[in-house]
Amino acid sequence: MIKVKINGQEQSWDGDPDLPLLWFLRDEVGLTGTKFGCGQALCGSCTVIVDKEAVRACITSVNDVAGREVTTIEGLHPNGDHPVQKAWRQVNVPQCGFCQTGQIMQAAALLMDNPKPSHDQIREAMSGNICRCGCYQRIENAVHLASTGV
Amino acid sequence: MNFIDNPGKLRGFEKNIKVEKVSRRSILKGLGITGGFVLAAPVMSRQALAYETGAGKMPHGVVVDPRIFVSVAPDGIVTIVGHRSEMGTGVRTSLPLIVAEEMEADWSRVKVQQAHGDEVKFGNQDTDGSRSTRHYLIPMRQIGASARTMLEQAAAKRWGVPATEVKAVNHEVVHSASGRKLGFGELAADAAKESVPAIEGLKLKDPKDFRYLTKGQIGIVDLHDITTGKARYGADVRLPGMKYAVIARPPVTGGKLVSFDPEAALKVPGVEKVMKVQGWPWPSKFQPLGGVAVIARNTGAAIKGRDALKLTWDDGANARYDSVAYRKELEEASRKPGLVVRKEGDAEAALKGADKVIVGEYYLPHLAHVAMEPPVAVADIKGDKAEIWAPVQSPGGTREDVAKTLGIPEGNVTVNVTLLGGGFGRKSKCDFALEAALLSKELGAPVKVQWTREDDIRNGFLHTVSAERIEAGLDKNGKVIAWRHRSVAPSIASTFAAGTVHQAPFEIGMGLVDMPFEIANISCENPEAAAHTRVGWFRSVSNIPRAFAVQSMVGEIAQATGRDQKDMLLELIGSPRIVKPNVKDLWNYGEPQDSYPIDTARLRKVVELVAEKGGWGRQVPKGHGLGIAAHRSFVSYIATIVEVAVDDKGKLTVPRVDTAIDCGTYVNPERIASQIEGAAIMGLSLAKYGEISFKDGKVQQKNFDDFQVIRMDESPAVTNVYIVPPGPDTPPSGVGEPGVPPFAPALINAIFAATGKRIRSLPIGKQLEA
Repeated sequence: MIKVKINGQEQSWDGDPDLPLLWFLRDEVGLTGTKFGCGQALCGSCTVIVDKEAVRACITSVNDVAGREVTTIEGLHPNGDHPVQKAWRQVNVPQCGFCQTGQIMQAAALLMDNPKPSHDQIREAMSGNICRCGCYQRIENAVHLASTGV
Repeated sequence: MNFIDNPGKLRGFEKNIKVEKVSRRSILKGLGITGGFVLAAPVMSRQALAYETGAGKMPHGVVVDPRIFVSVAPDGIVTIVGHRSEMGTGVRTSLPLIVAEEMEADWSRVKVQQAHGDEVKFGNQDTDGSRSTRHYLIPMRQIGASARTMLEQAAAKRWGVPATEVKAVNHEVVHSASGRKLGFGELAADAAKESVPAIEGLKLKDPKDFRYLTKGQIGIVDLHDITTGKARYGADVRLPGMKYAVIARPPVTGGKLVSFDPEAALKVPGVEKVMKVQGWPWPSKFQPLGGVAVIARNTGAAIKGRDALKLTWDDGANARYDSVAYRKELEEASRKPGLVVRKEGDAEAALKGADKVIVGEYYLPHLAHVAMEPPVAVADIKGDKAEIWAPVQSPGGTREDVAKTLGIPEGNVTVNVTLLGGGFGRKSKCDFALEAALLSKELGAPVKVQWTREDDIRNGFLHTVSAERIEAGLDKNGKVIAWRHRSVAPSIASTFAAGTVHQAPFEIGMGLVDMPFEIANISCENPEAAAHTRVGWFRSVSNIPRAFAVQSMVGEIAQATGRDQKDMLLELIGSPRIVKPNVKDLWNYGEPQDSYPIDTARLRKVVELVAEKGGWGRQVPKGHGLGIAAHRSFVSYIATIVEVAVDDKGKLTVPRVDTAIDCGTYVNPERIASQIEGAAIMGLSLAKYGEISFKDGKVQQKNFDDFQVIRMDESPAVTNVYIVPPGPDTPPSGVGEPGVPPFAPALINAIFAATGKRIRSLPIGKQLEA
């Protein structure tokens, strides 16, 4: 039996320990804010925060996070008012929106690590997250806004 | 019926193909339609808005009825139905916003309800072709005006005053003579009893009184949900007892399953069952390819099980499809005469007599849509009733196809439209929903079918592959006197009808025969090309190769004659005029030419605007270059300037993009800007990396590692968007797609300016490194 804390709540799993965290979150726990985009850690749609680090849930097994603390988009802020979320809304970032939860989690992890990133640092840190609609200009501006106060 | 001879029905036309004997529209008329007014075309009530669109020619046309689209609750909350699919364009916000504007509803007290697939009730729902605002601006205004009129009538009756003395203002009706007011909620029950006013008598708001339209301050309705993970896409639907399915499909289009061994898959923890999926022979429109499904308790187990399957396929006739060989075929065909689809003057003779002939041969490969949400659908089939939850661009078409596939009446099928995690034309094809329906029926349980990214890239409906050859003949003064454009590409129609070798009118109508240059001798030709895989609509469709060829050729002529690109472009566009190409069936995006002519004054205007705002001719640093391109598509006019920087090692970056768009009357400029910003990224993606190639009939790419798209570190540093203010009676035109076509040629022209290298084959890949 694997135990893992997700958004502050303990969850347990006695199935395949190799099950990717992504599918555990989405299909077993029912937290669908974390998205499937590629399954190979190439697009960042499934980004969650494990302890304080952004990880790709599609190549992280449930076993890998045993005993650790996972934060998904649903647990980022109780009212959805994390500075990154607020900045996203202020800049009207999303088009289809599908990749945006992963983008937001990546940005939140960046700001935990580096509260005042430069534009180059933002572009570098966010380049693992693909947006096919092409919202990059706004994502960059929103991360910058979140880092300077929303 | 032969849909190739019926250009008015194309794109969304599949519905008309299905009805062989009686057109759906005549059936509709016979029924007289309950509960709605079905219009042949929107009826205008103000002279200033008097234009016709092709909306009435779409399957099921337009429904203008406030009782279907608007409801007002006693607490004043106004619910407005959004009947088109939201895939990122903002349509789920902008169409209801039009209704709210016209009915004087306060947007903060409006809720949007997504329509299920029902075109008899809601009118056409095909969210494609950059048509939603174009076809629905006036009908949505009429719906809003009807609702407002009913609320005003109810208030007037309550007060015993003439209706002309009352006026709806910001969610209440006011009788200014007496100072009395009643909120929309207080009037809801009475207003519902009022008869629906005739469209002809409706009074629409004066645009100067608009509070929301054209103001650009409205965020999308799903903004909060998207940023908190609550937004529900197709993949997020969960039903009690639902099974998760992943399918192994034939690796070659038209291939068949010979045998399979489920044993290893069944040993994967969580896998419950392995079963065959019914497939249809190729081509058969959007019907599933067939294969083997692995059913599991979660998607992860289903994927692992699918990977463990042992499968034997008969690859069939397309097993020889090879992109290297096929490119040669296309290019050879482009060097020989083909079916003439536009002819003015005598291009052959003029080319022979020309002082100089410039030849450009351009090649653009297949592309995959790779919307961030791979295809996915949930189906729950119980007896002869079907319920579907899916991210589909064609809710009505999906409903019909599910009914037909299961052999049940259409009325027994409910299609719930979720948000779409991107569409780009891929989700106009509902094959994934049909797969879910077939599996649910057989299993007797709700099923979610999830495509992996590999499935999406290998088993989709690809953008066509194309060879474009242009010969331009110049006289001794450098004036272009002859233009011959041969376009060779497998047609989307090949996905509907075997043996298709020519482009359909809607395809040649995208930048080939509607080419607007003022040249005396023009020949447009379409040599034959057979398809060997499923070809489908991809954002802006055939405009991608055509704009690339035509606008690259403008750069080549400028290059050969030592002229400025922009001046050359304006000279070729020529005098301000309405272009009437000598073409049998000019598609014109399904729109009447009276309302939507090919207007070179508007094309010139966007070129001039972007040149002015984008600083055309400005000094740029060494290694930088500016390129320009302009194109009319989806009856909008767009011009783009790209600035590139190419370093010593051939590394390409894009410091700046400027785009001017004339999309006529518009609703939400903030979303227009976002579409154009995104189009620059998609244009850069396809120019730099976009290539799906085949070997032994199989797609050689699999995921974002070998089918790359632009990421933030390579994206343009800034994209500026300039919107041409519309004239008082300029009809609205497309926004979702038109931004894509001019980007790649502007980029390529800029690369030439920076490096002297002329790229004629996409993607750019490593060509600059040589």
